[in-house]
Amino acid sequence: MKKHLTFGGFIWNVIQYASLLFFGFLALLPIASCVITAFKTEEEYRTTSVMALPKSWLNFENFYRAFTTANMGRAFLNSLIVMVCVLTVSVILGTQLAYVLNRFAFRGNAFVRSLFLIASLLPSVAMQVTVYKIMTSLNLVNHLYGYIIMMCGTDVISIYIFIQFMENIPVALDESAFIDGAGYQRIYWQIILPLLKPAIITSCILKGVSVYNEYYAANLYLMSKEIRTISTSLFTFVGPMGNQYNLICAGVIISLTPALIVFLLCQKHIYSGIAAGAVKG
Amino acid sequence: MSDFKLKKWARSRRGQQFFVCFSFMVLPLLLLFVFTYLPFGQMVQFSFYKMKYLTPPDKRVFVGFQNYIDVFKRDDCFKALKLSLYYCVGALVQLVIALYFATILSFKVRGGNFFKGLMFFPYLISGIAIGFIFKFFYTRGFVLDTVLGFLGVNESNIPYWLKDQAVNNWSLVATSVWRYFGQNMVLFIGAIMSVDSDLYEAAALDGANRWEQFKHIIIPGIKTILTLNVILSITGSLSAFEPPYVITGGSNGTGTYFVIMNEIAHVSQKVGLASAMAVVLLMIIFGCTILQKLFFKYVFKDVDSQDEVSSKRRKNP
Repeated sequence: MKKHLTFGGFIWNVIQYASLLFFGFLALLPIASCVITAFKTEEEYRTTSVMALPKSWLNFENFYRAFTTANMGRAFLNSLIVMVCVLTVSVILGTQLAYVLNRFAFRGNAFVRSLFLIASLLPSVAMQVTVYKIMTSLNLVNHLYGYIIMMCGTDVISIYIFIQFMENIPVALDESAFIDGAGYQRIYWQIILPLLKPAIITSCILKGVSVYNEYYAANLYLMSKEIRTISTSLFTFVGPMGNQYNLICAGVIISLTPALIVFLLCQKHIYSGIAAGAVKG
Repeated sequence: MSDFKLKKWARSRRGQQFFVCFSFMVLPLLLLFVFTYLPFGQMVQFSFYKMKYLTPPDKRVFVGFQNYIDVFKRDDCFKALKLSLYYCVGALVQLVIALYFATILSFKVRGGNFFKGLMFFPYLISGIAIGFIFKFFYTRGFVLDTVLGFLGVNESNIPYWLKDQAVNNWSLVATSVWRYFGQNMVLFIGAIMSVDSDLYEAAALDGANRWEQFKHIIIPGIKTILTLNVILSITGSLSAFEPPYVITGGSNGTGTYFVIMNEIAHVSQKVGLASAMAVVLLMIIFGCTILQKLFFKYVFKDVDSQDEVSSKRRKNP
């Protein structure tokens, strides 16, 4: 588009960049102030203004203290275990379900679909009132595996992404494999699952972020200190340490660093995942 | 192929299909039953009883609809529902901001990717971390007050952001807008990008300015997803939970419906009342969803069929 800048176009450009800068600043300010504070020594924190820059950007003492007080090494390990288990199980269960629902017109197919759709309407916080009771009676409370099992409960968005993706995999592929003598199990494992890879990446990123950040159920079901995940390890700072924001900010920064790294590495996938997740409804 | 063989083939294929359907569905359905429908059934059942978590079944007292009556009579429960109006307004503001920036960032802008990332990133931070960030942000004399001080606002004119009941709910709503508007924006950008780009070029050739393009191409192009999000934001604000739970703990009149429900369930252990509260809200949400479905059915009948045509055209150019 060749265009000569009109006066209106110029004004529009100014407004556009001004608003971008302003909202960019607003988006950054809360996090930036946290980073600044995390690098301050105890004394600086008490004596200087909140927005004054720290003397040294190499003062990692708060990070070290936050990491050890909240036992974040252990918490990272727990979060990793939870994520690996939950993602593996839910990808396998989700793709299998999508395969069956998309490829076979058995009686009850639509019924199963609507069961999952209705389930997605129930807000999870409300459900925890009675899920808590069931978890107690199954003896799953305060065990990492109990929390993992509960988190595996299939989520509808990824099933939806899988089904949509399956629709673009030609049925002829299954058919020819079947005629060549492959069973349905083998068709799933050797043809469908590898072809679903892009959808699996998308759903892993979406679900991975939500599992990593989940804290309400984690707080409810993982009480013991040694099975805390990264997000619940931050609860260490509630209470007596509630005013030591230089320490708390360091903990917060540590907890969001993995998300930042993943975000910088796979922005494209995350954006397209968000767009794909939007089609439900 | 003889008739007998054909039958056998059909039977074995059928058999295989049955086996694969069964084995691939049994676990997801079991999980769905145990963690969704069983608790849902129990919730409805418990809502008629007065009980705690550890009350044995024979000690529970059947109270009929008393819990439901309490939900509407108790001050805290129903007042809390009114708080969702704040979150509703916030959600609509959020959609407008998101749409504005989506429109800007869908076209060539200097630093566009940087701004997109900056505005989106808050979505990837955990709720509890956001709680700490904003407690720090709003505390008297800390981040927000300091910045306002730079701008020349006198500290005595600044309210206590989390204590003053005139502003504290707006403060919490703002955190939710901060967290989610970037996500909405990315969603809208995706929708705007999927509109046929020839349209923009044709419009530009015809001399349409940005506002006309926005009104006549972008808005109709993303109408469906826009309406969906407006409706989602209504149900979302009814179930607002995180901002007050992690920042104020629901004190000073910031306890939304779910915060109150959470406290009644897990602190006061009035499981029956909490269940009734949950059922009431679920009914409201179901009602909204059914209205949404009807709305889509009657308002967007023709839009949907248009979408289909255009997507077909895109696939076979």
